[in-house]
Amino acid sequence: MFELLVLILVFMILAGVLAIEADDLVSAVVSMGAVGFGLSVCFLLLRAPDVALVQIVVEVVILILLLRGTIGMGIETVKGHRDRAGMAGGVILVVLFLALALYVAVELPKLGEPGFVRFLDSPSWTYLKESLSLTGATNAVNAVLLDFRGYDTLGEVIVLFTAVLGSIALLRRKHRQEKKDE
Amino acid sequence: MIVYLLILILFFVGLYGLVSQRNLIKLIISLSIVESSVYLFLITAGYRKGAGAPIMKLGESAGQFAQRAVDPFPQAMVLTAIVIGLGVLALLITVALRLYHRYGTYDITEIRRLRG
Amino acid sequence: MSEGMSLIVRTIARWVVGFIFLYGIYTLVYGHLSPGGGFAGGVILACAYILILIAYGRRFAFKNLDWRIARSLDSIGGLLFLVLAFLGLLFLTNGGAYFFANFIQKLHPGKPFHLFNAGIIPLGNLAIGIKVLASIFVAVALLSALRLFDERGERGFESMEEEK
Repeated sequence: MFELLVLILVFMILAGVLAIEADDLVSAVVSMGAVGFGLSVCFLLLRAPDVALVQIVVEVVILILLLRGTIGMGIETVKGHRDRAGMAGGVILVVLFLALALYVAVELPKLGEPGFVRFLDSPSWTYLKESLSLTGATNAVNAVLLDFRGYDTLGEVIVLFTAVLGSIALLRRKHRQEKKDE
Repeated sequence: MIVYLLILILFFVGLYGLVSQRNLIKLIISLSIVESSVYLFLITAGYRKGAGAPIMKLGESAGQFAQRAVDPFPQAMVLTAIVIGLGVLALLITVALRLYHRYGTYDITEIRRLRG
Repeated sequence: MSEGMSLIVRTIARWVVGFIFLYGIYTLVYGHLSPGGGFAGGVILACAYILILIAYGRRFAFKNLDWRIARSLDSIGGLLFLVLAFLGLLFLTNGGAYFFANFIQKLHPGKPFHLFNAGIIPLGNLAIGIKVLASIFVAVALLSALRLFDERGERGFESMEEEK
């Protein structure tokens, strides 16, 4: 299982590089879809079926939205990278961040020993042991999402609502500007 | 440990795309790749060796369930984050289409130059 | 996207959309027993409506679910979730009340592995499913109705609000 995970991660990295460096925008979007579906298989290998289900259906909707922005627009592909100064600043930032990440990465626990196994007062023990008696649900993830941590779900509902509201507000015709021109 | 290293490489592939590309759609794609790597990192941090999914089977007690399940907490957080990522991406595509209508191109260096 | 696609696509869409809708409702309702829940079920239901939008065109799809009704449904789903959270404060009066309390489970506990169980969780799944369905359908429908080039090929901007 570990080898399969490494293999799919390498596939995702190659698809990611292809998505970024492809000239044709439709190829880039399809490669991004490959990254998303590989991610869903990784979630299944890591014993997270709930998250894998949501990832697949959300990836399908993301592909629909991105293809709306690229197909049939009649635009020529914009190729190439940014100018030298912008890229140099960006590359320095990336190298700095990489150094910091590698400095922290040596303290990460081994794969297979999550935090809640070592700390016995972690909330995950409560979520696993008491989910049937306190909530009556047998899906621990759904019990955490809607009963133990319902406030976070309320915040997520508000964020989704605001995002769609902003999207609707951006797609109005500018009436006021036409009145100003007259 | 090699899994964490590969996830870090995926994160930096996306970050490189954010830094170096000119096309607005490529920026959105790179942001999505960065988000995917973060989701994978969180779920990997909650994985327990030889364990099963956090769904109770028929006839299992709570003690047995707690000994054989992976961490349900990062899974709930990542589920929320995936749906929020979808909402943000819908808003970003709307902004991109609006910018295309206003400036006629997806090139961010051109958009920065034409003002007003 | 005002007219639909070819006959083969329309026939297959007509056969398949019922199964997608049923699977979405199953994922939503059995969320507290098996993987799924409100978010996954809501997005699957939205995909059913988007399939009709793509295969049959905008005018037919809006006869099934108009985008204005979908905007109201979006707000109704969010309000339902909030009302469920406040009812926890209202009902448990003997000193155990807090925001988002699972009052149905505390007052009428159910049996494990049954459908009418786990109190507020299936109702929360339902509210979230309605909200996610309406949000994603409105986002995709509005983006599909946007016309950035008019008939002469010049750049215009026509969104859905002017179509009557």
